[in-house]
Amino acid sequence: MYWNPSIERMSQDDLRLIQERKLRALVRTVYDYSQFYRERFKAAGITPDDIKSLEDLSKLPFTKKSDLRDTYPFGMFAVPLSQVVRFHASSGTTGKPTVVGYTTNDINVWIESLCRGLVSCGVSNKDIVQIAYGYGLFTGGLGFHYAAEKIGAAVLPISAGNTQRQIELMRDLGSTVIACTPSYMLYLAEFAAKMGVDIASDTKLRVGIFGAEPWSEETRKRIEKKTGISAFDVYGTSELSGPLFTECLEKCGLHVWADHFLIEVVDPKTGEQLGEGEKGELVVTTLSKEALPLVRWRTGDLTYIEMEKCSCGRTHPRIMRILGRTDDMVIVRGINVFPSQVEHVLMRFPELGEHYMIILDRKEDGLDEMTVQVELSEKFKVDRISDIIELEKRVADELKSVLNVWAKVEVVNPGTLQRFEGKAKRVLDRRKI
Amino acid sequence: MLKQISVFVENKPGRLAAVTEKLNEVKTNIRAFTIAEAGDFGIIRMVVDKTQEAYEVLKKSGFTVSLTDVIAVEVEDRPGALYEIAKSLGDANVNIEYCYAFTSGKHKALIIMRVNDIEKAKAVLSKMDVLFKGSID
Repeated sequence: MYWNPSIERMSQDDLRLIQERKLRALVRTVYDYSQFYRERFKAAGITPDDIKSLEDLSKLPFTKKSDLRDTYPFGMFAVPLSQVVRFHASSGTTGKPTVVGYTTNDINVWIESLCRGLVSCGVSNKDIVQIAYGYGLFTGGLGFHYAAEKIGAAVLPISAGNTQRQIELMRDLGSTVIACTPSYMLYLAEFAAKMGVDIASDTKLRVGIFGAEPWSEETRKRIEKKTGISAFDVYGTSELSGPLFTECLEKCGLHVWADHFLIEVVDPKTGEQLGEGEKGELVVTTLSKEALPLVRWRTGDLTYIEMEKCSCGRTHPRIMRILGRTDDMVIVRGINVFPSQVEHVLMRFPELGEHYMIILDRKEDGLDEMTVQVELSEKFKVDRISDIIELEKRVADELKSVLNVWAKVEVVNPGTLQRFEGKAKRVLDRRKI
Repeated sequence: MLKQISVFVENKPGRLAAVTEKLNEVKTNIRAFTIAEAGDFGIIRMVVDKTQEAYEVLKKSGFTVSLTDVIAVEVEDRPGALYEIAKSLGDANVNIEYCYAFTSGKHKALIIMRVNDIEKAKAVLSKMDVLFKGSID
């Protein structure tokens, strides 16, 4: 099933033509209407006439989060505020808040993208979609809300939190689809079990669309096994509009709608363009956005691109599961460590639960110490001290072989680590630097 | 043979209280009890009167809990009694993984043991007539 079959299955040559035409128009527009971009382009020594084809993309300067912060609130807007119909804002957990604006058309393109995604996950007008992403300034709630309504599904706009109510309504109304963070889904499943509700047999939930934080393939398997649903990855950031791209039923990468977004992957250090299949930072140029057009936006998310046509029939390029974020990365004793790598290792151990924390300390001698706290699975049979010591050692050995840095592993009681309703914060950095 | 309850707990204030609070909820009496500690965590092992109820309530409360087969040995109150038992098991190449003792008005001194070969241990101890075959209540 497709939402917009003629576009979703368009030949890659035709998509390229659309992209080139739109890229030339974008560069011209931002040069004419945005002082920020005009200055940037001048500093880089280019004019709109220099951009003739997609090959010229790498001549354009990058934009990044700090640009949005430096020009807060409206410095990068390319339309007068009279054309803006909505704002969203990021929480500013990593710095000053950033504000994004939308024209009517921006909202339409956003929702069109997500409608294509929802349909590609098998969601239809017969579904009841429980939206457990936060509503409000965060884009997750409203993005899914309008897209699910547009495809004719029934929307349950419950927002994040109020976990007991989530489960009661899921059961009583018969929600078939849920959208939330993967960590919140795990918490929902755990909470349901405590209420005596088995999501697999006591509810009609069949599809989950999870995003807003990187998660691993192992976590997908665990969610699917625990709840009996089919779990899909969704990607988007507030700067790009919100949740935009999902996996299709093939679960082999997320389709990025090429008629609206032009993607590349670059080396996060040098900014050099990387080829198909090479891992690096995702850079997105928005081809249709009006209020806040982004030219070569550094997302900070690490992934790689797959151009080949998908078995689902869609021709648009795919990005693979987000491997981590450049700003999630922590440096321990000079070695780059991504929380997603740690998660990947932990989830391979059936003795362990889904919840973990990474704690960083700096000892008096100046050496960094990484501690990974992880909950035991309630199913694990433990009687001898050596059962635990041996488990901790096996986990630590596996972490060492993947991360190249030694971590102390501490297993803890199930249910004792922090749970998250929105984006999980799994790194506690106590180092005083 | 007895069923022992083992509970994994972090070595933190209040954890033992959390476990025993649950036992109290189902009015379970603890007959024998020990904590093995290893730095950050410990394992509480105990023999109780209402084993199944105690196991269920701890499981439901989210503890990592398991039931383990252990054997109980009756030990006479005289010099050399424990030595004879330990020697016989050692001679039969049975390894005692851990053990702890308790007494009560009704029973002689009892030693709870986890061994690597439960059948062989039972044979050795039965022959010595020290294997406890009753039930703990």
